[in-house]
Amino acid sequence: MRADLALIYDWVPHGARVLDLGCGDGTLLAALSAQKQVTGYGLEIDSDGISRCLEKGVDVIEQDLDQGLTNIPDDTFDLVIMTQALQVLRRPDLMLDEMLRVANECIIAFPNFAWWRHRLSLGIKGRMPVSRSLPHAWYDTPNIHLSTFRDFSDLCRQQGHTITDRAVGNGSTEGQWRHRRWPNLFGQDAIFRVKR
Amino acid sequence: MPETLSSTSVGLVTPQVARFDTPLALACGRELPAFELVYETYGTLNETASNAVLICHALSGHHHAAGYHHVDDRKPGWWDAHIGPGKSIDTRRFFVIAVNNLGGCHGSTGPASENPATGRIWGPDFPLMTVTDWVNSQAMLADRLGIQRFAAVVGGSLGGMQVLQWAMSLPERVANATVVAATPRLSAQNIAFNEVARQAIRSDPEFFDGWYTEHQTLPRQGLRLARMVGHITYLSEHSMGARFGRDLRTDSLNYGYDVEFEVESYLRYQGDTFSTRFDANTYLLMTKALDYFDPAGEHEDDLPRALSTATCRFLVVSFTTDWRFAPARSRELVDALLRAGKHVSYANIDSPHGHDAFLLPNERYEAVLGGFMTRVANDVERTTEGNL
Repeated sequence: MRADLALIYDWVPHGARVLDLGCGDGTLLAALSAQKQVTGYGLEIDSDGISRCLEKGVDVIEQDLDQGLTNIPDDTFDLVIMTQALQVLRRPDLMLDEMLRVANECIIAFPNFAWWRHRLSLGIKGRMPVSRSLPHAWYDTPNIHLSTFRDFSDLCRQQGHTITDRAVGNGSTEGQWRHRRWPNLFGQDAIFRVKR
Repeated sequence: MPETLSSTSVGLVTPQVARFDTPLALACGRELPAFELVYETYGTLNETASNAVLICHALSGHHHAAGYHHVDDRKPGWWDAHIGPGKSIDTRRFFVIAVNNLGGCHGSTGPASENPATGRIWGPDFPLMTVTDWVNSQAMLADRLGIQRFAAVVGGSLGGMQVLQWAMSLPERVANATVVAATPRLSAQNIAFNEVARQAIRSDPEFFDGWYTEHQTLPRQGLRLARMVGHITYLSEHSMGARFGRDLRTDSLNYGYDVEFEVESYLRYQGDTFSTRFDANTYLLMTKALDYFDPAGEHEDDLPRALSTATCRFLVVSFTTDWRFAPARSRELVDALLRAGKHVSYANIDSPHGHDAFLLPNERYEAVLGGFMTRVANDVERTTEGNL
């Protein structure tokens, strides 16, 4: 499992009802269901991802996250997870509220635009950063709302939500996830745990 | 049948008949004293009878879902695209049963059968069937075949409604349910189209209130019109446009009422062939079963509550250009299942073919249906191995 998913896996309580937004091929939900008796659904729009979920026995619903979660009643879940999807949404702020409407807690992972290499690329080279966490060129990127570790902290506070935990790291490398000093500078990816 | 048979075809199949002499109580309050069901099977039932899949058919469907009856058959069964060795519903792993519903006109007891009480054919006296009645009769066939629990019940359109009913009323007998291009209830527009079709049949002078057989005639014209209007709802505007456009059969306009546009010719052909092979009383009865199906209506319009008894895992599939049972109808079902806390997956398949898409090959459709059914087969085989 990807290191960022492994960290999220550790954060999910046993037996929780989970909604995974942009669940991909269902790796995380499959592991949570098999080893932590977690129940719940993944929402996904990628057709290959949906087929992989079905083969794994992960309950997956084809749904465009930009349409919101209006079909899901308040407090249906204990926890909502969203990895690497926040930055592609039309309104990440509204989604954050939606996530904390259908559950009391959410875990959100996204690329930190203020990572020092990203800053180097833009500040010194004068070019939009391209990295492992931001692999696209500026003209074909699906990432329309990039933010920083600090920006997201501010958004949570402005919307009256409580950050209960956060970590940064290099998502591709095992064991690199930690509560670093200078997270906004040294974290390539960020994971936040937020409550109402 | 092609000269060299594809390795993914079930090949030649022979329908079987099961006779039941125990009366079947029906939703309308009447009962069928005895009846016969005609069905086909593909694949082999395993030792624990845990790999059975039931296929439920739609309005004009029947038990011949896959393979060929004769070497000179031009076309295979109606769901041959999805049933066979290596196909989505893999007959190397599953024992597949397809049954002709009661009230049908392909061999199961129906309006054209003899009424034992009168010695005449049932005709219009044949009781109106509901989806629940069909499920109950299919369960009797399952008992007869020694199947306590289906690995999956699968169906499209009206067949999907039977799948839902199975999941709700016999939850202990269904492990997985696949509901394709269906709806939890017909809309006013759906019922309106059905009513036009019924009126077309019933106003045909050859209909004789349903006693056409005794008058040695057939309400061909009415059935033809019914099929023409029905057929329009099975296709999308796009697929009709792409196939026929405004193409003419003739060199120029005739300023008359004979066939001029290709689409007119196509509809007439569809109506003509259907009117000679389908029974009018069966058509009427099937459209009524569609109209009546409304599980939420039996629970104060609370669909999640209606679904609360279900314990199986659901796969719901819709098609983007289906306007008869639009994707939004499938979403209603999915949302209700989610609210009821059931296991459900949903895919909306991109297809230009409207409602008919559920019968046709489609790469993504096969990946979704095949993916789900592969997991079902894996579950069956894991459990079976565990028991040995």
